[in-house]
Amino acid sequence: MSDAFVTVNAISRRFEQRVSLGDRIAAALGSDVEMRAVRAVDGVSLQVARGEVLGLVGESGCGKSTLGRMIAGILPPTAGTVAIGGEPVMSKGPHPRKRTTRVQMIFQDPYASLDPRMRIGDTVAEGPIAHRLVTKAEAPAYVAGWLRRVGLDPDVAQRYPHQFSGGQRQRIAIARALAMQPDVVVCDEPVASLDVSIQAQVLNLFLKLRRELRLTMVFISHHLGVVRHVSDRVAVMYLGRIVEVGPAETVYANPQHPYTKALLASVPQLVLQDDVVAVFKPIQGELPSPLSPPPGCHFHLRCEFAEARCRAQVPAMRRVGERHESACHLLREA
Amino acid sequence: MSAPILSVRDLVTHFFTRAGVLKAVDGVSFDLQTGEILGVVGESGSGKSVTGYSLLGLVDPPGRIVSGSIKLAGQELVGLPQSELRELRGRRLAMVFQDPMTTLNPVLSIGTQIKLAIDAHERVSGKAARARAMDVLTRVGIPDAGSRLDAYPHQFSGGMRQRVAIAVALLNRPDVIVADEPTTALDVSIQAQILAEVKMIVRDLGTALIWISHDLAVVSAIASRVLVMYAGRVVEHGPTAAVLRAPRHPYTQGLLNSLPARAAPGEELAQIPGQPPSLAALPVGCAFSPRCPRADAVCKEAPSMTAVGLRGWRCHHPLEGHA
Repeated sequence: MSDAFVTVNAISRRFEQRVSLGDRIAAALGSDVEMRAVRAVDGVSLQVARGEVLGLVGESGCGKSTLGRMIAGILPPTAGTVAIGGEPVMSKGPHPRKRTTRVQMIFQDPYASLDPRMRIGDTVAEGPIAHRLVTKAEAPAYVAGWLRRVGLDPDVAQRYPHQFSGGQRQRIAIARALAMQPDVVVCDEPVASLDVSIQAQVLNLFLKLRRELRLTMVFISHHLGVVRHVSDRVAVMYLGRIVEVGPAETVYANPQHPYTKALLASVPQLVLQDDVVAVFKPIQGELPSPLSPPPGCHFHLRCEFAEARCRAQVPAMRRVGERHESACHLLREA
Repeated sequence: MSAPILSVRDLVTHFFTRAGVLKAVDGVSFDLQTGEILGVVGESGSGKSVTGYSLLGLVDPPGRIVSGSIKLAGQELVGLPQSELRELRGRRLAMVFQDPMTTLNPVLSIGTQIKLAIDAHERVSGKAARARAMDVLTRVGIPDAGSRLDAYPHQFSGGMRQRVAIAVALLNRPDVIVADEPTTALDVSIQAQILAEVKMIVRDLGTALIWISHDLAVVSAIASRVLVMYAGRVVEHGPTAAVLRAPRHPYTQGLLNSLPARAAPGEELAQIPGQPPSLAALPVGCAFSPRCPRADAVCKEAPSMTAVGLRGWRCHHPLEGHA
């Protein structure tokens, strides 16, 4: 895409198991010691256009949070790069560091992501002061503006996190991220810990802020309904790889990859007719261990259409429709 | 209709804390038939879990059942000494908890834990216990049950652990199983598998099941009847599809409208304003009135349950109820 604003280029992240000294010596002496590594994210490329919301869905362990953290620059990738407006998010070298404030992150658990011993006002002002967006003297008015924007009374600046409910804490976390005036916000399961009625309030807030501030967002969630609601485009992940990406409407209405199809079929729908028995077509089996993912297409063990080449070859992304791509051997190039 | 297997009347469970009395369950009544799946929905703090715990006599101090009646096949459970409750639990009443990571003992093999659950109620030989364990594990969809008996909980995935927990609940063929958010911690694909299996098991064994969940879609997929709870009370009940198709209580309507599936993508969701009340300081009258678009002066008085046919609601200004 030519209008890419966030460019994720062949990014990977491996987590290596800590190896004991004995094993390391044995390995150095040429013994066959198994070095186990989890490929949490395995060669993912993505583009997000300016002002676009990209939804990232997948089941637990698929690597969506790891990918989100790398895009936000809080976890260095093992390989590959992330750039925002052409500017790399991480510095180069053996100890890469985040070098931009243009991307900020909002986390799942507002009970864990706010410092319990800092007043709300100080929490929101800390980043902007440190990065000289505002002076200490200007900070209170600046913070009050952001608190108002997320639907909180500016007086709450004097209070501590424990005095707030989950929904209000998530609003504070949103204010803290946005006070850095980012271009891109990565939201990792921002409504997963909230009740349905509060979830609706926070989703409405996201939609409002996105319109007002023309934010570019990466919205990570395991909840397919929530992702459908907020996203322009959706990427589906399975075991560290993206298996399908396309406009939200198209992916939900016309999924191409067998995994996307099965995942969508697993989502319980409201049953509104009497005597209609909800039919599930559950995906067979479970997610394989990311320590030893199957060769070829990672999904082949659970795929009802798998054939010989699926077990041997990693399928490449191919174009299956208008701005719609999927990685499956059985799909024909559109 | 035949006599219900479980009959709950005006159940009141309060927690007596330093901050005041928390009215977690405040007058809940319902009947459960043999082989029925009853869904209980509500948000956190609505009292749905405490209702479940109360049924099994598992409410710990400072909480206690203040009044009301729970009858299991005619036998009163409220006021029963712990020793007798203990005898009933696992045999006639069983529970499945939300978090399968913490409900199983990590240092005992699955087979040993199942044997202990059988031994608690009857004397059986090791061989017979093993056969029964294999039977229930197979029933909940655990492949290769025989060899899995010697495995420990950490060797199972989350979904498999929850299957084991369901198998343990099924062991003694209880009359009633209370399942508290049993699939909330699981991925959707695993949740779909478990929902399908549980429906089949209930049909085969005729066990009655209470399925507590915050997820309306899950409840609509599994339960034939539903109770909607808010601030410790049942605000609406009835056949699941009818209630969700045409809710009478504004809270049920509000919950449904909060679902992202109810709005066009990107459109604002119809949110319920405000947040659930503190159980220590419930609003006067209808607890939902401060958040309710239909509330007026009458709502300062607590509404009683209006029953029409199979349905009931607790509201002074119910919705029309047309689909």
